Amino acid sequence: MPEPALVDDVSPGSPNRLPNGVAVSLRGVTKRFGVVTVVDGVNLDIAEGEFFSMLGPSGSGKTTMLRMIAGFELPSEGSVLLKGRDVTRLPPFDRDVNTVFQDYALFPHMSVAQNVAYALRVRRVPKPERTRRVDEALATVRLDDFGSRRPHQLSGGQRQRVALARALVNRPAVLLLDEPLGALDLKLREEMQVELKGIQQDVGITFIFVTHDQQEALTMSDRIAVFAEGRVEQVGTPVEIYERPTTEFVAGFVGTSNVLSPDLARALVGRDETSTIRPEHIRIVAPGREPTSEEMHTAATVRDVQYLGAFVRVRTETAGGARMVVDVPTASDTLAEIVAGTQCTLAWRAESVRAIGDTKSTNTEGAT
Amino acid sequence: MYVSRPARYALAAFTALVLLVLYFPILYIARLSINTARSYAWPPRGFSLEWWRAAYHASGPRDALFRSIETALLASAIALILGTLASFALTRHRFFGRNAVSFVAVLPIALPGIVTGIALNSGYHRAGINLSLFTLVVAHATFCIVIVYNNVAARLRRLSPSLEEASADLGADLFQTFGYITFPLMRSALLAGALLAFALSFDEIVVTTFTAGAGFETLPLWIFNNMFRPNNLPLVNVVATVVVVLSIVPVYLAQRLSDGAVGVSGR
Repeated sequence: MPEPALVDDVSPGSPNRLPNGVAVSLRGVTKRFGVVTVVDGVNLDIAEGEFFSMLGPSGSGKTTMLRMIAGFELPSEGSVLLKGRDVTRLPPFDRDVNTVFQDYALFPHMSVAQNVAYALRVRRVPKPERTRRVDEALATVRLDDFGSRRPHQLSGGQRQRVALARALVNRPAVLLLDEPLGALDLKLREEMQVELKGIQQDVGITFIFVTHDQQEALTMSDRIAVFAEGRVEQVGTPVEIYERPTTEFVAGFVGTSNVLSPDLARALVGRDETSTIRPEHIRIVAPGREPTSEEMHTAATVRDVQYLGAFVRVRTETAGGARMVVDVPTASDTLAEIVAGTQCTLAWRAESVRAIGDTKSTNTEGAT
Repeated sequence: MYVSRPARYALAAFTALVLLVLYFPILYIARLSINTARSYAWPPRGFSLEWWRAAYHASGPRDALFRSIETALLASAIALILGTLASFALTRHRFFGRNAVSFVAVLPIALPGIVTGIALNSGYHRAGINLSLFTLVVAHATFCIVIVYNNVAARLRRLSPSLEEASADLGADLFQTFGYITFPLMRSALLAGALLAFALSFDEIVVTTFTAGAGFETLPLWIFNNMFRPNNLPLVNVVATVVVVLSIVPVYLAQRLSDGAVGVSGR
């Protein structure tokens, strides 16, 4: 089991517990625009070579956080450390950090090669070396023969790769990506997810990836920080975030979850705290069968059945008034019996129930 | 939208009629400038460059031409600087009174020339400033600024601010970002604005009447002062043609530059 994330444990003198050393440290970073606090006391340590995602809904402060790391915004409070050096007040051009922008921000009056060469040109890297490194960067993103094209002659996916090559050509310590896949269609986005992860592993650069797409974050990341209202709700590996959400927000935002208030939790799962259970962990017992002895169960009424391809999402309501969402695989033989308005029995294993805030492995006490 | 065939023909005919009404008189003047006769009489007769030769050798039109060019160049230079600064301030920054300033900056183009002219004239008078080239250039700059402002602001609104951020992010300092990114992307809009400002100043007459120094005759003023002298009528035709050409060319170029939009070459 991986180490729990270092959320509140980043006082300056604290021993570094990340395996490869810290690429980026955020210490109590706060950003206010007028009276609105957009980022509120964020503490994070991001390891070297890590693929780190900042996940959250729009307005959760993740992009502002990214812009403070890049140097486009000055924090109202707190500091940003890059490889242990305080860069809070340094302008973007003095930071060893590059950004892939949401709209790619390719220079329209330059060719692809000139775009990629830009970072080298402004640093007055000699021409032969410039050419060599541009070719190298374009090869990394598989755009070898596109150097002479103009950005407007490229497809969305190609522009995205040019933006990536341009940001990587100078080998920054950290690469920031601001929803870079947002403008692509689903198929291309899935391809780019794989490709981006592959490139990150090849170049070994720390990636900080901002996204509102939980699936994307779960697929690509080594660790994820979930943002809500300017705060970090939880930091952890995709498995930790998905399987053991520590707050109600995380449970609801990452995947679908049934969140049970303490009253309902007491009645249904025998616990006194707010608890969650994933829809795919609940089973609808076929009529005439019994739940197994290890399972907890309750009677419920089917309210609504929604076909989603690989599975069917069934919305039910228990006698106690709890709304429970259940995902039934399309291949399941009980599917024919599940009709809106009928009664059914829901069953689940006690270890599938997670108490909010319970970061330790689940206990099984309190089962019926 | 579907338009029936007869309606399309009717619209085409009407459009042709409007264009004819607009441009025929101008073309007629140009034709008259190479007429052999001295009058506006229809039909024009013969071909002769005599009036062009006469206009070239006459000192009045030539001096007026140089004064117009001088005024237009100075006014568009001032407009280029102030209009560009204003458009950067008003599109890139949020501040108290921004909308009001934006409105006030654009207003001069809508004010009747006679009002601007009289107001500036009495303003100069009260301030004890004698009318001169300087007062004329300042007067022209008031409405030339608007043209530059509108052109540059339109371009700035279309340019993603992340382009300049990307440049800084990639290590360019402020001067490099301006030189490699901002200026090349703005260049055609600046040029278009300057050309339009030139054209606007070059053929202006109303404000000019009230703000030019005594004896300072621009080309439009020269035309106005000579068109009722039958002896000079052929010269007026020549000068009018010159004014039209010198006004149309910058407008045409400006339009081409604006169409070129952001894709204008940076090399």
